[in-house]
Amino acid sequence: MKKSKAKIQMKALQKSSTGIRGLDEITGGGLPTGRPTLICGGTGCGKTLLAMEFLLHGASEFGEPGVFMAFEETAEELTQNVMALGFDLTNLVARKQLRLDYVRIDRSELEETGEYDLEGLFVRLGHAIDSIKAKRVVLDTIEGLFAGLPSQAIVRAEIRRLFRWLKERKVTVIMTGERGEGMLTRYGLEEYVSDCVITLDHRVMDQVTTRRMRIVKYRGTTHGTNEYPFLIDQDGISVWPITSVQLRHEASRERIPSGIARLDAMLGGQGYYRGNSILMSGTAGTGKTSVAATFADATCRRGEKCLYFSFEESPSQIMRNMESIGLKLDQWEKKGRLQFHTVRAFYYGLEMHLAQMIKAISEFEPDVVIVDPISGLESTGNTLEVKAAIMRLMDFLKMKGITALLTDLTVGSNAPETSNSDVTSLVDTWLVLRDLELNGERNRGLHVLKSRGMANSNQVREFILSDNGVQLKDVYIGPNGMLTGSARVAEESRDRAQQVSRHEDVERQQLALERKRTAIEAQIMALRAEFCAEEATTLRIINQEQQHKESLVFAEEEMGRSRQHDAVKQVEGVAHKIGMKVRNQ
Amino acid sequence: MKNKIERANGDGSAGQNGPKEKKIAWDFRLYIAGPTLKAVSALNNLKNICEIHLAGHYRIEVVDLMKHPQRAEDDQILAVPTLVRKMPGPQRRMIGNLSNLDRVVAGLDLHCEIDGMNPGPVRPSI
Repeated sequence: MKKSKAKIQMKALQKSSTGIRGLDEITGGGLPTGRPTLICGGTGCGKTLLAMEFLLHGASEFGEPGVFMAFEETAEELTQNVMALGFDLTNLVARKQLRLDYVRIDRSELEETGEYDLEGLFVRLGHAIDSIKAKRVVLDTIEGLFAGLPSQAIVRAEIRRLFRWLKERKVTVIMTGERGEGMLTRYGLEEYVSDCVITLDHRVMDQVTTRRMRIVKYRGTTHGTNEYPFLIDQDGISVWPITSVQLRHEASRERIPSGIARLDAMLGGQGYYRGNSILMSGTAGTGKTSVAATFADATCRRGEKCLYFSFEESPSQIMRNMESIGLKLDQWEKKGRLQFHTVRAFYYGLEMHLAQMIKAISEFEPDVVIVDPISGLESTGNTLEVKAAIMRLMDFLKMKGITALLTDLTVGSNAPETSNSDVTSLVDTWLVLRDLELNGERNRGLHVLKSRGMANSNQVREFILSDNGVQLKDVYIGPNGMLTGSARVAEESRDRAQQVSRHEDVERQQLALERKRTAIEAQIMALRAEFCAEEATTLRIINQEQQHKESLVFAEEEMGRSRQHDAVKQVEGVAHKIGMKVRNQ
Repeated sequence: MKNKIERANGDGSAGQNGPKEKKIAWDFRLYIAGPTLKAVSALNNLKNICEIHLAGHYRIEVVDLMKHPQRAEDDQILAVPTLVRKMPGPQRRMIGNLSNLDRVVAGLDLHCEIDGMNPGPVRPSI
């Protein structure tokens, strides 16, 4: 079922790719195959170039030869004009991929003498188409017929016939038309072309010009309806539409470090989410560029690519300044990992800036984009426009999974928590850099105001730019409130001194205690020694007494024996006892 | 190339190529795209005018773009029929079926060029 539906759609409208970047996107594949498309706009808005590119891409990329019928410029002029874009018309003509036909109409040379038609043009075009089997035809601009031929009625009838005829021949046609008063084209060509009408515009607003393109009508298909800015540069025309307004991007779980270890720690320990948008706001001189450059440096160090848009400084100025904090960005630029894109904000209109940025991003395909500062764009449009533009830029970056770091200059009178660009609700992580003014000095502070999807620190860190890059320090929070800078240093050293003296106190007391213990132990030793001596003396006395007693008994016995008394039994026992003892000793 | 081109000369006898051709002061070329009604009437009108004003002094070359489409580009032809007066110079171009005789006569400067010839009224064929 689905298949057949798709088939029907395919049949319903085939499209011929223009090969022009972005145009195929907003037309959903190109111009209607086999039908005429009207491209209209004022002088110098790029009609001829667009038409020519349609043919050139068709001939060189899609194998569809084309006929360019010019009513204004000669073949030589056209060849010269597109030479600048790197296309060699003569070669394509020689290879029968392209055919240029300059139709010269000089009203003064033509006398109308009766009925006529433009069969000559048909023959001419038909022959050109047949000779190279053309699939694409450009008529630039067929309005020349109105100016060159006397009878408008005939011209109108013939143009109508021409388009029928071209449709029958199944060639895809672009015709260009000059903008008219109150009409799309001066001669009302739009009435002949009912399939696809594109207007080009070259508008000046506040002295800034922007080229825009709009598809007024495209029968039988859906198409982007907005005005899309487009560029004409050395690559020709490119349209950079940001059509996606749907929030469908994949959210990455990967984390990438910010280049500042302490900042990573504040962001749940791992840094930003890949693909997130990070806003860093702060007043002048708070170090936004330094943080941004540190992130750029870290990105390149990982081997990824970083695109740095600067609206205020030139690349060399950024690199020189960042050297002072130890970042050598030039090495990354040389390695092609870092690309600067610097342009003054007022140089283009907002849309043009956006288109330029999108182009640069699409070409360089970075992993990280830095815009420094996004507030630079504010001067190019009103707040609403700027917000919308930044939103589109962010959506584009998110779709591509590119991490974006946008800095934003907060103007003095505003609170640091406000952002002029009013994009704070769009960003995922918001870092605020602020001045902390205390005791006659200003110091920098950084805190994470919000960071979606991660635990983040709620503390203000002091932010120090040193020779070794950006460092974050804990601010001192003591009885005197929050202190930064030299006050913090002083307070910290006072703290340290107090701590030292407390420490010494304890040590002293410990020492005293030890001494006491030693003294007491010495006393105990002395007493014990005294006691021992006393004990020894006492024991000796006891011993002497005992010996004395024994010797008395022995003497008595000896005496008795010599006297031969009868109390032998008793004495024997004693003598035996003593004898034993003596022997043992 | 020349022999591919249809020729229609004013007086039948002078039709052949020959020494007479050198005397011909009026050389016309008529571009048409197929034998359409307009083409036929243009040719007839042209012949009539020439017969009246330039009998014996003219030559008409008819180029059918259907047969020689490249010539449309080469000769910068857009509208048909287109009449080109090659001789006498400077070249003049006219578009249309030549039914507006006054304009043809004025456009080709017929009346003043020819001595002793009265540019009388000519009826258009259509």
